[in-house]
Amino acid sequence: MRFGTEIVLLTLFAFAALVAAGFGADEPFRQHMWVLFFAVAGFTAILLRNTDFKPAAPIDPTAYMDGPIRYGAIATVFWGVVGMLVGVVIALQLAYPDLNFGPWLNFGRLRPVHTSGVVFAFGGNALLCTSLYVVQRTCRARLFGGNLAWFVFWGYQLFIVMAATGYLLGITESREYAEPEWYVDIWLTIVWVAYLILFLGTILKRKEPHIYVANWFYLSFIVTIAMLHVVNNLSMPASLVGSKSYSAFSGVQDALTQWWYGHNAVGFFLTAGFLGMMYYFVPKQVNRPVYSYRLSIIHFWALIFLYIWAGPHHLHYTALPDWAQTLGMVFSIMLWMPSWGGMINGLMTLSGAWDKIRTDPIVRMMVAAIAFYGMSTFEGPMMSIKTVNSLSHYTDWTIGHVHSGALGWVGLITFGAIYYMVPKLWNRERLYSLRLVTWHFWLATLGIVVYAAVMWVSGIMQGLMWREYDEQGFLVYSFAETVAAMHPYYVMRAAGGAMYLTGMLIMAWNVTMTILGYQREEQSSPGSAPALQPAE
Amino acid sequence: MSNEHIDEISGVMTTGHEWDGIKELNNPLPRWWVITFYVTIAWALAYTIAYPAWPMLSSATNGVLSFSSRNDVKNELAAAEAAKAKYVAAIQSKSVSEIAGDDALREFAVAAGGAAFKVNCVQCHGSGALGSKGFPNLNDDDWLWGGKTEQIHQTITHGIRFAADADTRQSEMTAFVDVLKPEQIAQVSAYVASLSGPMHDKSLIEPGAKVFADNCAACHGENAKGNRELGAPDLTDAIWLYGSGEAAIAAQVRAPKNGVMPAWVGRLGETTVKELAVYVHSLGGGE
Repeated sequence: MRFGTEIVLLTLFAFAALVAAGFGADEPFRQHMWVLFFAVAGFTAILLRNTDFKPAAPIDPTAYMDGPIRYGAIATVFWGVVGMLVGVVIALQLAYPDLNFGPWLNFGRLRPVHTSGVVFAFGGNALLCTSLYVVQRTCRARLFGGNLAWFVFWGYQLFIVMAATGYLLGITESREYAEPEWYVDIWLTIVWVAYLILFLGTILKRKEPHIYVANWFYLSFIVTIAMLHVVNNLSMPASLVGSKSYSAFSGVQDALTQWWYGHNAVGFFLTAGFLGMMYYFVPKQVNRPVYSYRLSIIHFWALIFLYIWAGPHHLHYTALPDWAQTLGMVFSIMLWMPSWGGMINGLMTLSGAWDKIRTDPIVRMMVAAIAFYGMSTFEGPMMSIKTVNSLSHYTDWTIGHVHSGALGWVGLITFGAIYYMVPKLWNRERLYSLRLVTWHFWLATLGIVVYAAVMWVSGIMQGLMWREYDEQGFLVYSFAETVAAMHPYYVMRAAGGAMYLTGMLIMAWNVTMTILGYQREEQSSPGSAPALQPAE
Repeated sequence: MSNEHIDEISGVMTTGHEWDGIKELNNPLPRWWVITFYVTIAWALAYTIAYPAWPMLSSATNGVLSFSSRNDVKNELAAAEAAKAKYVAAIQSKSVSEIAGDDALREFAVAAGGAAFKVNCVQCHGSGALGSKGFPNLNDDDWLWGGKTEQIHQTITHGIRFAADADTRQSEMTAFVDVLKPEQIAQVSAYVASLSGPMHDKSLIEPGAKVFADNCAACHGENAKGNRELGAPDLTDAIWLYGSGEAAIAAQVRAPKNGVMPAWVGRLGETTVKELAVYVHSLGGGE
């Protein structure tokens, strides 16, 4: 029977959720278990309706397993729209506090929905599906472990749903970017270890003699995130059927563990993982060799060795001892060139094909992503310098920095990879519309520029207002005055975010139409006529 | 491997590896990249020699500069305290009117009081001390309890109707809902409104004056100019704490709101309260 084991296990799982909903120690936990019950029961019902008793068709062991990747591409676009929409909503809440509709839709509960939504749901699904796409093709091997890839995909979606609904119900560990409570953390650990087995197993059965550089980056991302996630979330539940747990760490140790996690979530999730994406999709799309094999080795090892120590720069001028602050800062400075190694390798891969920036909007998107990557990996070490940090810390400058990295680098490189993959995954000749890709590119780029520039201005203004003393030695501005002064920038920030979201919606339309098999009749964009080759 | 060949476009050797059509060029590391990387490493090492950095068994290296962020803060705070010490000592020993009379001291107290006001007072009195419904504007010359420096100082120190302070300013307007008939309340409200605004209904105002004289004049005065001893507001100046117009006045007559202000001396200390008094006095309405 098709899905037989799955249906039995899922039914038991749904029953367990129902029991937990009945015996939960606190109201949020009971509500959350109802969410889990309906999610799992609904999924079981879908499987039941699709089951049949015909013997399964034999699987071709040499064919690539692309089903979970197709789902992953759709999930990436879907969660991208959700995460960015919530981002625009909370940006408007900051500008217009009347838009807080408590308790479920307060800023405090929506903000982690936005951050987890874009980082883990949008970015995570992008990494999941591209890594499985890349590892099969660069190893010439079908995914390891049969249906393991399906478990990883659906297990990860369940994690996202449980995390996001938990935030709305007010269930949180209050650890930034690691807000889900203990039982959701345990679930993610199971899924993540399965992901590691899936990825590593595929590498082990490869038919290529060497492991391609993209896979080094993907693997370092998977391994390190497992370690960071487990250590940072070590905690003791108050009840085995309750939504509250207490961290294993306290005081400054707790803060340092949190920022060791938080910074390396940026380093290994948003940097290493997406560098893996870049190392496959950029050479494929521009059809040129990677610029330098040696650079890729050196910058890979330098990056993963140095990144892991840089977390303390999030705790400058706090209770953290001076020596740890110093080390966090100098490791961040040393990280500058290893980060830029990826930028050089990505950009220089275009040598001999620079004209494609003009002719191919997908290449343009990827190049802009690498440019934003270079900019934010310069800005980051600069902001880790204590003197700069004393002005920038706790201000909107940090928010601007994060978004130039997240919207510019992570977002644009993901869009490029999805635009590359979707026609191939669904066997379409081309995308529905390349002109829409151009629209997406310009909306996204302008949105980022507005967002980042506005946050620089408002962040630096905020930092300067906080430290403004008069001649007599008294603070000139109260905190509330600095908040009031930021209102116009908050409005402009929301506008920048809305532009970016509009681009994302255009992408969702373009991808949907491509999957459905439509091709838009259109003239090529101005300037994209084939460039004349110089006579040599 | 023998797959190594020269890439035609760049003229550079490949490594001979190939994955899914992707090849790699064997370009050397860019020189500027290597040099910059070495410079950042050298700088990092030098910095860790200069500043506290390397953890040892029970403590960390102190660095040759003997830097300590805690000492830095301590020194900066001490320097700031020292710079203010002369003025603070003078403020502690003098009365608020003496402080207000001394140009240098007043300037200092206004700056200090202004900073304290922004943190502690704006929540009710508004930024710029403009007030709002139920919270008096402190810029005008309409004072419920007196606008001299000493009187303001007294108000801030002990608060208004603040039960926890024995010396707080005390007074309570009676709720007239059970004392006066509804038509009498309408009459007296029309009368009070007419004192600072246009007259609407003479048939109400004349009996209203009588009601006022019998019930209200004891506190608000025969001429309704108020009584600061009791915190009874002047009803003729068109400045309304709980809203203007007959309806708002009638509501206040029936069931008066008696606003509370906390006593601040326990929380902020004598020096800051004096500075606040001088600051509020300087806002424009001080007497």
